[in-house]
Amino acid sequence: MEKPKAHIDYNNPVISIRGVAKAFEDFAVLRGIDLDLFQGENLVVLGRSGTGKSVLIKLVSGLLKPDRGTIKVLGQEVTEISEKELQELRIRIGFSFQNSALYDSMTVRKNLEFPLVRNRKSITRKEIDKAVEEVLDSVGLSQTINQMPAELSGGQRKRIGIARTLILNPEIMLYDEPTAGLDPITCTEINELINQVQQQYHTSSIIITHDLTCAKETGDRIAMLLDGQFQRVGTFNEVFDTNDERVKPFFDYNFIQ
Amino acid sequence: MEQLNSTSSPARKKRPKIVQTIVDFFSSIYNIHLFIVRFFREAFVPPFEFKEIVRQCYEVGVRSFTLITVTGFIVGFIFTKQSRPSLVEFGAQSWIPKLVSIAIMRALAPLVTALIASGKVGSSIGAELSSMRVTEQIDAMEVSGTKPFKFLVCTRVLATTITIPILATYTGFIALIGGYLNVAQNEGTSYSAFMEEVFKPLTFVDFNASLIKAILFGFTIGIVGCYQGYYSNKGTEGVGKAANGAVVTAMFLVFIEEVIIVQITGNFR
Repeated sequence: MEKPKAHIDYNNPVISIRGVAKAFEDFAVLRGIDLDLFQGENLVVLGRSGTGKSVLIKLVSGLLKPDRGTIKVLGQEVTEISEKELQELRIRIGFSFQNSALYDSMTVRKNLEFPLVRNRKSITRKEIDKAVEEVLDSVGLSQTINQMPAELSGGQRKRIGIARTLILNPEIMLYDEPTAGLDPITCTEINELINQVQQQYHTSSIIITHDLTCAKETGDRIAMLLDGQFQRVGTFNEVFDTNDERVKPFFDYNFIQ
Repeated sequence: MEQLNSTSSPARKKRPKIVQTIVDFFSSIYNIHLFIVRFFREAFVPPFEFKEIVRQCYEVGVRSFTLITVTGFIVGFIFTKQSRPSLVEFGAQSWIPKLVSIAIMRALAPLVTALIASGKVGSSIGAELSSMRVTEQIDAMEVSGTKPFKFLVCTRVLATTITIPILATYTGFIALIGGYLNVAQNEGTSYSAFMEEVFKPLTFVDFNASLIKAILFGFTIGIVGCYQGYYSNKGTEGVGKAANGAVVTAMFLVFIEEVIIVQITGNFR
């Protein structure tokens, strides 16, 4: 699959991370990382399990607090803003969870309505229905509207999870392992959806994965997280054009021609 | 996710086990205190989740209704049956309705309801919120700009606080019917005569004390269940622990509160 050309503004970083460190107990996961995500860009963060990739996007969304460093999102310093400001900022960020995190007690419709009715106070019933139908249509799952999450396949759950974040028209998308646990065909469909979201909603995205096919098909830039720091950042070919023994096995295992 | 005051932070020092247990105990009391303060800070500030409160009230009521009906009836029947021989010995069987009403309305109805609700409702709240935490549903609410505490915790605590007094009142009447059946079986007393006798010894203080107790029990069951589930953090193992912790802690606190309220209301009689 050829990645559609993205319109990236390299003078306008929407996320700026400087010197961020995070440790759990005595284990330092992130050791002073620097990273920029530019307007309109899909940035893939690659790394082995347990290297802090998911921690990184949880820090960006304010779910976790860094031990040190600064994280500026859409011009606001996440670690310094008030609870109310953080809540408002989060509406502008979509977060797609690894296991979709759909609310199992609600139908697909209620799942999609949930963030909408709580963040758009004056919205009418008609507007809600229209937004739900539109967003479901854009992920190609209109027929699932009255189903419960337990009745959906893994791929469908991922799509509904993405639709639930898109309903608020976010400016930034954070994808946590979007293709984990899916078959190759569904992975390709999810990769296409990520690119479609970038084009259709003009989002800037961080995509956390260890799936090189996903990285190659969706990423405008790749950042390789090793030993708590970004060791290699660049295009797919730039990152893997190396003899670094920590990077090469990654490519060899996934083996993409 | 808001951070709890934890003794397992990076700064945690190696302490002897007994010291660590004591520190953990006081740390959890402090955290529960913060949790309760947060509930009062958020529960009564708009926007209100009325639909969810009603849904939770229905859940709490339906979940416990059958068990409470059966248990309430058996408690009333057995209590009356067991009290009879002692009263008959003194020729005081005419006091049975009074004894039954005082025991049931003052103590047994709220207590039995609370214990059953701790098992049925408390464990279910603990397990539900805990599994939502494990599957990142709570995080998903948080990052979508909504307030999971208000939607999940405030609604459930309010639901148990509202519903358990209603269930306790219902348990009281079902237990009285159980008591009446035993009395009717032995003395052939009419239903109206029994009920007349039942309400004679009860005072305003009895009804109020019983109501306050049931409200407090409901609040305790809701808070404990939510606290255990909301801060569960040990994967699927944590779900079981949260459910178990919710039941054990709620039952323990219910008994403690019962003792305290009995002591306090005794001074007003």
